[in-house]
Amino acid sequence: MSTRRILGPINRVEGDLEVRLEADDRQVLSAQVNSPLFRGFEQILHGKHPNDALVYTPRICGICSVSQSVAAARALADLGSVEPAENGLLATNVILAAENLADHLTHFYLFFMPDLARAAYADEPWHRDIAARFRAQTGSAYPEVLRTRAELLHLTALLAGKWPHSLALQPGGTTCPVEPHHQSRIRLVIGAFRRFLEHTLFGDDLEQVIALKSGEALDAWATAHATSDFGRFLQLSDELDLSSLGRGHDRFLSYGAYDDGQPAFAQGTWEEGHSRSFDQSLVTEDLSHSWTAGHPEPRHPFEGSTIPTDMSEQGYSWCKAPRLDGRPMEVGALARQVVDGHPLVRALVAESGGNVRNRVIARLLELARVVPLMEDWAARLRPGEPFCTTTGLPPEGQGMGLVEAARGSLGHWVRVHKGRILNYQIVAPTTWNFSPRDAQDVPGALEQALAGTDVSDTRGEVRIQHIIRSFDPCMVCTVH
Amino acid sequence: MSGQRPFRVLWLQSGGCGGCSMSLLNAEQPDLYGALDALGIELLWHPSLSEASGDEFLQLLARLESGNEPLDALCLEGSVMRGPNGSGRFHLLAGTDRPMMAVIAVLAERAPYTLAIGSCAAFGGITAAGGNIAEACGLQYDGDQPGGLLGAEWRSSGGLPVINVAGCPTHPGWVIETLGQLAQGGLKPERLDTLARPRDYTDHLVHHGCPRNEYYEYKASAEHPSDLGCMMENLGCLGTQARADCNIRPWNGSGSCLGGGYACINCTAPGFEEPGHPFTETPKIAGIPVGLPTDMPKAWFVALASLSKAATPRRLKVNAVTDHIRVAPGHEPEGEQ
Repeated sequence: MSTRRILGPINRVEGDLEVRLEADDRQVLSAQVNSPLFRGFEQILHGKHPNDALVYTPRICGICSVSQSVAAARALADLGSVEPAENGLLATNVILAAENLADHLTHFYLFFMPDLARAAYADEPWHRDIAARFRAQTGSAYPEVLRTRAELLHLTALLAGKWPHSLALQPGGTTCPVEPHHQSRIRLVIGAFRRFLEHTLFGDDLEQVIALKSGEALDAWATAHATSDFGRFLQLSDELDLSSLGRGHDRFLSYGAYDDGQPAFAQGTWEEGHSRSFDQSLVTEDLSHSWTAGHPEPRHPFEGSTIPTDMSEQGYSWCKAPRLDGRPMEVGALARQVVDGHPLVRALVAESGGNVRNRVIARLLELARVVPLMEDWAARLRPGEPFCTTTGLPPEGQGMGLVEAARGSLGHWVRVHKGRILNYQIVAPTTWNFSPRDAQDVPGALEQALAGTDVSDTRGEVRIQHIIRSFDPCMVCTVH
Repeated sequence: MSGQRPFRVLWLQSGGCGGCSMSLLNAEQPDLYGALDALGIELLWHPSLSEASGDEFLQLLARLESGNEPLDALCLEGSVMRGPNGSGRFHLLAGTDRPMMAVIAVLAERAPYTLAIGSCAAFGGITAAGGNIAEACGLQYDGDQPGGLLGAEWRSSGGLPVINVAGCPTHPGWVIETLGQLAQGGLKPERLDTLARPRDYTDHLVHHGCPRNEYYEYKASAEHPSDLGCMMENLGCLGTQARADCNIRPWNGSGSCLGGGYACINCTAPGFEEPGHPFTETPKIAGIPVGLPTDMPKAWFVALASLSKAATPRRLKVNAVTDHIRVAPGHEPEGEQ
């Protein structure tokens, strides 16, 4: 005898989220994820000057704002065959990394960990310590975490004016050149962030964390660093068996992260132990379970549309169903790191696939891995040399901008006619992860990950929340 | 705050991006939680920060709607979503079948104060751009027209209109200081401007404290993104008209839009989302920008501009169109000594 349950609003995610579950008294049988807010950015952009995308698209999302800006700037650079200034590329990397790392920090401390402090775990011996440290709003971690996050985002003042919603990111580079003393300040801010990670999150040098290569090495590290916040998480993961929660399709996609001549983290897909190259022409969006009207066959975003219906037709979400070569993909830090080939993440995915524990580990590993890259990019900025090349956009043409946001692969596809935007389609990370079913009734990554979840005891609901939040969903990006 | 009941705030989001909340988390000295504590503010629920999810939240909401649990201030972030066809179903409150706009309307009657956080909640904002298929509006404005969801004549039980903490995004200080004054019972109607924005920050122009002020004075203008000069003449900057203290009160420690090298787009104003021209190009008639500095008679602007252009030091002419200071004060441009 199965029952239907509606969970919502699911908070501590960005934006609005509802999940409908079909469950019996033991487990979740199937799930449907709904993005219940529709705004219509793709219509807003229609008819606008292409450069205006740099104003509108960051405002799709207040937490992935820079990622949206970078995707738009890259799409316009592609449209105009613009070669950005070297300084602009380096500055963009630092700005994007600042947002991505702030988001990872926000996710771990503010969004994910408070669930482990919940009353559902009150009878556990570890609960007193975890609740004191991570209970929502009152945990002892927060004064330092909020200060650290705010100070990390000082990088955006130095390189992009402010965050969120900067106009500094342009097709030709960035609008905010630095003098040598700014470069010093940038290095100081990154250095302070490194100290927080090494002192509080890891309790170890970043290089030691980056060097972890296997599940055994990670277990040994966790024992040796049990009082750090990452150490605490790893121990709880074992206690609660978080590696058996939330298994997805185990097909991973990354567009490749941070442009440094080539991506600092590689582009491609990972499935059944094999990497493959990514072909953007195989990206499509399927409308079969979305409250959008239009083409019955899945279409590539250049040919796509976003036309809301009055919700009377078949569908259960405003979200469309993106597919790569007809199949759903999981995106995010775990995908990025497994595609890039980090030994620890490759080992964890080989052992247990995509799951709650591995998604969180990959995010924290990425915090460690990106900081040395930021230090390098900042050191290579050359004050006095150009930050932004002059650009002119052709009145006709098309462009694509791909970027890795904190929560995964984000793409913009723009077509321009008579100097105005004819079509602008956006496929966001959580559009992939929280996709509804497609015409073949294949569920998206979260829907797959929720199926089979044990709900036989009083911890069933918090288990479901762990799975949902392990993706770090951004619903305002998902449907925009 | 010992011995005094906390000032209880509910924060909801509708048709927006969450950026005002993310900006609020940038609060410093003290951090957000430290600030709320110091001001005696209790955040009853916030979508990004609170533990309660799903039914736990819906039960709280029911108590607040019925008046069984006191509420001092309602903060809405994001536009009111009226579409499609006035049904509000472009935003149903997750876990329910209720349009969010209906929930907001009930709570606004319960709370002594209602705040629109950001230009979306105040006026419709970015979500109302283009053809506004979302039918987005503000709590008490639809663009620059009074009305919106609650109507022009509406007043909260605390005797104030919706307090429009406009901006895209809002500065954390604007939000915290406004809430702080309400918590202390000290925000008077005359401290709101004609669009019900707190005069604490809208009695200033973005121009005030602009790091490019000397370029403005001499009309030494930037021509391309990353140039150092004034961005009013060519690059669409509205800082001389926009009402906010962005260059007096730094963002993210030391920044601002103009400091970051891009135009002020007047994001605290209704209708900023549809300027009628590309955002980063200045519309001109006969070479003169259409939008003039606030309170400046056109004839005087033209006269002073031509005079100051004639007087522009070489240093500023050179530096205005480059991306780093080539000529220091008191020096001649290279090759001309």
